[in-house]
Amino acid sequence: MNRPIKNSRKLSRDVAIVGAGMSKFGAFPGISSRDLFLDAFQEMRLSVDRGFDPREIEALYIGNFSSDIFEGQGHTAAILADWTGLTPRPATRVEDACASSGVALRQGILAVASGLYDIVLVGGIEKMTDMPTSQVTDALATASDTLYEVPAGFTFPGFYAAMATAYMHAYGASVESFMRVGLKNHENGALNEKAQFGATIRQVMDKKIAGALAKGRPAPQWEDELAFLKDERANPVIAWPMRLFDCSPISDGATALLLVSAEIARNFSEAPLYVVGSGQASDAALHDRDTLTALCSAQLAAREAYQMAGVSARDIKIAEVHDCFTIAEIIATEDLGFFPAGQGYRAAEEGLTSRQGSKPVNTSGGLKSKGHPVGASGAGQVVEVWKQMRGEAGARQVAGTLDLALTHNVGGTGQTSVVHIFERR
Amino acid sequence: MEIPRHWRLKKQRYALVGEVCPHCEAKIFPPRDVCPECSREAKTEFQFSGRGEVYSYTTVYDPPAGYEEQAPYTVALVKLEEGPVITAQLTDLDGQPVQIGMPVEMVTRKLRNDGDERGLIVYGYKFRPRLERQVAN
Repeated sequence: MNRPIKNSRKLSRDVAIVGAGMSKFGAFPGISSRDLFLDAFQEMRLSVDRGFDPREIEALYIGNFSSDIFEGQGHTAAILADWTGLTPRPATRVEDACASSGVALRQGILAVASGLYDIVLVGGIEKMTDMPTSQVTDALATASDTLYEVPAGFTFPGFYAAMATAYMHAYGASVESFMRVGLKNHENGALNEKAQFGATIRQVMDKKIAGALAKGRPAPQWEDELAFLKDERANPVIAWPMRLFDCSPISDGATALLLVSAEIARNFSEAPLYVVGSGQASDAALHDRDTLTALCSAQLAAREAYQMAGVSARDIKIAEVHDCFTIAEIIATEDLGFFPAGQGYRAAEEGLTSRQGSKPVNTSGGLKSKGHPVGASGAGQVVEVWKQMRGEAGARQVAGTLDLALTHNVGGTGQTSVVHIFERR
Repeated sequence: MEIPRHWRLKKQRYALVGEVCPHCEAKIFPPRDVCPECSREAKTEFQFSGRGEVYSYTTVYDPPAGYEEQAPYTVALVKLEEGPVITAQLTDLDGQPVQIGMPVEMVTRKLRNDGDERGLIVYGYKFRPRLERQVAN
């Protein structure tokens, strides 16, 4: 299929991130989505080194997948403008499934680059845990083709599982390859106070053992973490070969970023992140693609972002990628050019994507461990990159000069992909 | 679950009717009146044979609402003989292991119920392992 793409695109003027914040991700029955967004907004405010008056904000772009279904509330952006004291500024909700706030970021970038605004708030919000899991599954399914995919009985874990089946068949990866991704992301998430699952797999195992002993039951015995992950009772199959610990959770959470034109960035921040690359692409349903072992939309979005930035995959120091399922992280590291096609699983097994590896991926814990409030996740990736590039990531800080970082946010099974590259100058 | 939404798709669901592009000959399913290969108009109906092979698959243990009775079940991407790949459930497996490349054929089956909401049952295509047929002389 020919998807014509200009060889090189550029922004009319440069844009920088000068503030980034997020709420904790998790299940919060006592907190409304509005108040979660306020948490993210306040953290973002405090992250602006030289301070600013929120009334300077000229417009809002809010990523949200489905407050309509999850909360029975549409028209979310205007409400959040009110809740942050920003009425009557234009407030726009952006929806591209799980890529909603990655695309909202791109919309904010385009708005500043166009010269229309100098100061823009980009946010993401999703409140998913008010509903029972089966209804959440149904709501998420609306991000796929409800006429031609859903009636077969496919679920999102199912789509990614079918990709995993094809990937294993093509390259000889095993379920263990996927488990390595989950282990690594839980290691990282355990060092992130905002993560939904702030525990390593070892800590999860110890908790289960302690729980059994407390109830006077025999303690389960596992030789190591992999044995735990291979235990069908501890880690049930959701859609073969994806098990529970291969899947990101159902989450509540909010994220907020402050974007300004590059020429005024230093008035706000001592260490702004300059947006040097932005790319986005769409694709058809999974059955209408040439391959199941790569996302063409992600490859195209990455190409656009790399070309705009004038950099290549090898220049990127850290990346936050869309690991809604463990197989998705492996495919992402190939689509982004970090590893050749079919080699991503080996890289994961060899630890190349760990914090100490040559290409650290998902130092935040990723969607797997940090949580996946779908509409907030894309901007959430930028919050991690912001902390890492500014040396503020605490115990999970990656060593060295992190001058270039990338975020990769996917909607559905890749019907949307959006990639951004940030530079610390 | 809205009835017209399903009724509109009866040709596709019951008879696997798609389209063929008059310009580049590409076979198209689902039909969308525009050729995904050459982006030109394609409104000519095309009847698929219903034969194909498993392109990839998964077994769902955690089903969505309306599919609980069937779980665990195997869903697949089936590559039709004529080219397009179609998303469908596999049926009549009788414990037979599924493999990529396995020959399958279309059958019409119950897809789901609406959980006794309105008594609506949705029928459509599934695929079963291809039966060896005796050719009558």
